[in-house]
Amino acid sequence: MGGPSRRGNAVLVAATYLTVLAVLVLPVLLVMVEALRTGIMAAWRSLLDPDALSAIRLTLVVTLVATLVNTAGGIMAAWLVTKYRFRGRGALVALIELPISVSPVIAGLVWLLLFGRQGWWGDWLDRHNIQIAFATPGILLATLFVTFPYVARTLMPFMEQQGREAEEAAFLLGAGFWRTLWRVTLPDARWALLSGILLTTARGIGEFGAVSVVSGHIPGLTETMPLHIETLYNGYQTVAAFTMAALLALIAMATVLLRSFLEHDFRKASS
Amino acid sequence: MVFWLRRRDGLPGLSISIAFTLVWIGLIVALPLTALVLRPWQDGGAVMLRALHDTRMYAALRVSFGCAALAALIDVPLGLLLAWALVRARLPGRRAIDALIDLPFALPTAVTGITLATLYGPTGWIGALLARAGIRVAYTPAGIVAALMFVGLPFIVRAVEPVLRGLPPELEEAGLLLGASPLQNFRRVILPPLLPPLVAGFSLAFARCIGEYGSVIFIAGNQPFHSEIAPLLIVVRLQEYDYGGATAIALILLLSALVCMTGVAALRRRVSRGLVARGAA
Repeated sequence: MGGPSRRGNAVLVAATYLTVLAVLVLPVLLVMVEALRTGIMAAWRSLLDPDALSAIRLTLVVTLVATLVNTAGGIMAAWLVTKYRFRGRGALVALIELPISVSPVIAGLVWLLLFGRQGWWGDWLDRHNIQIAFATPGILLATLFVTFPYVARTLMPFMEQQGREAEEAAFLLGAGFWRTLWRVTLPDARWALLSGILLTTARGIGEFGAVSVVSGHIPGLTETMPLHIETLYNGYQTVAAFTMAALLALIAMATVLLRSFLEHDFRKASS
Repeated sequence: MVFWLRRRDGLPGLSISIAFTLVWIGLIVALPLTALVLRPWQDGGAVMLRALHDTRMYAALRVSFGCAALAALIDVPLGLLLAWALVRARLPGRRAIDALIDLPFALPTAVTGITLATLYGPTGWIGALLARAGIRVAYTPAGIVAALMFVGLPFIVRAVEPVLRGLPPELEEAGLLLGASPLQNFRRVILPPLLPPLVAGFSLAFARCIGEYGSVIFIAGNQPFHSEIAPLLIVVRLQEYDYGGATAIALILLLSALVCMTGVAALRRRVSRGLVARGAA
């Protein structure tokens, strides 16, 4: 293999470093610098603020539930779509992937149309004193919508490639559906599954637009980490805002690195 | 049909996975989207009519679509450069760069938003440099484009990369050996097979950018008719307790995005068909 000439390669590498530095590295660097502007202790203290802690707690709870639901749903949907052939299969896949191309603001709005005060079931909920919009359940629903496709989407190409011989053999040997799924299909697809779960978690923790629409923006009560960043930033508490942002940026970088290792592994495993 | 499948297909789990999947999709995606489609007509179409006469909405749609198209367009050469370097160059630190490219996809939009607003702000690292040259980015439509460029970049790289990996480097060398100038070689040999993935990447980035909210609102300035994006106008209408108006804009935004995507998909098919035809001739 020849590859580009030495000079051509040097120019290409320089241009790449410059682009990566200006577009990708500089923003991350800025987050860290702004967070540590008044020292690491000040940054640490800003994270221990009760509103910040409550935002972290709410984010973790909502993301955990959303990830569990969408992982279970994603596994079942991927099984259905890849192990059987039926009419309407393409439409089903399109419907699963639809939330990706819906604006986050719309992903929040749709829940207000159902559960908000002017929504279809708003009156009924009001009379029975059930709070969904502008409360934790609404935030959870918005997060569920936004993180919906990722596990299914990462699993589907892998399970398609898997075929179904192993499953058929397991079934002939007397294993039922759950046992086959749990012992045969998922262990084989574990890297793809893990990669999808990571992506779901990252999107869940970081979701802003959808959650912003259905949250009441009450600090300490209905604010997730990204919403709390907005409140802090608009209140000129720059260090606190960027400290929370740095925490999220670190989570994002860890996700991206882990996924890159996983992909490397299953590319090697499949070749 | 389900029963027919079950008898022929030895594999168990069909009915349970159908039930599970339908409930999951039904409750989380189909139900709320049904509400979105039906709601604007609920009060007799007047709301929709009013929305269709709203010049502020058209201005916001123009800002959203225009900035998204421009950002995705600028991302095309940048994405091609990065994909090319990842696949073809002897690139020290390739693994790290490969991972970094997905960062805009994983970084929470609010973090992107406040970071870019600071970076391009009048006293920011890049903003101060540009200010000396008399260019203002933050709080103008240029700021929106800058934010969307960041968000859209990974889509181009990840669309081009696998196709490029499948092309033999000998092809490019043969072009040069046969006496093509580097520019000719790029236009006649390198670009044609990469055109379909570039269009695909462009359309994915474009689609994502049309609906983008969090990374834009901090840097945009958000002036009606000038730097107000369509998703923000939806939020504004909601804050005015105008659910009908908000839903009408949401529906129009979603439909125009779908129309755009269908158009781009048709273009993509034409590009690949043109290639096949030329390859056969």
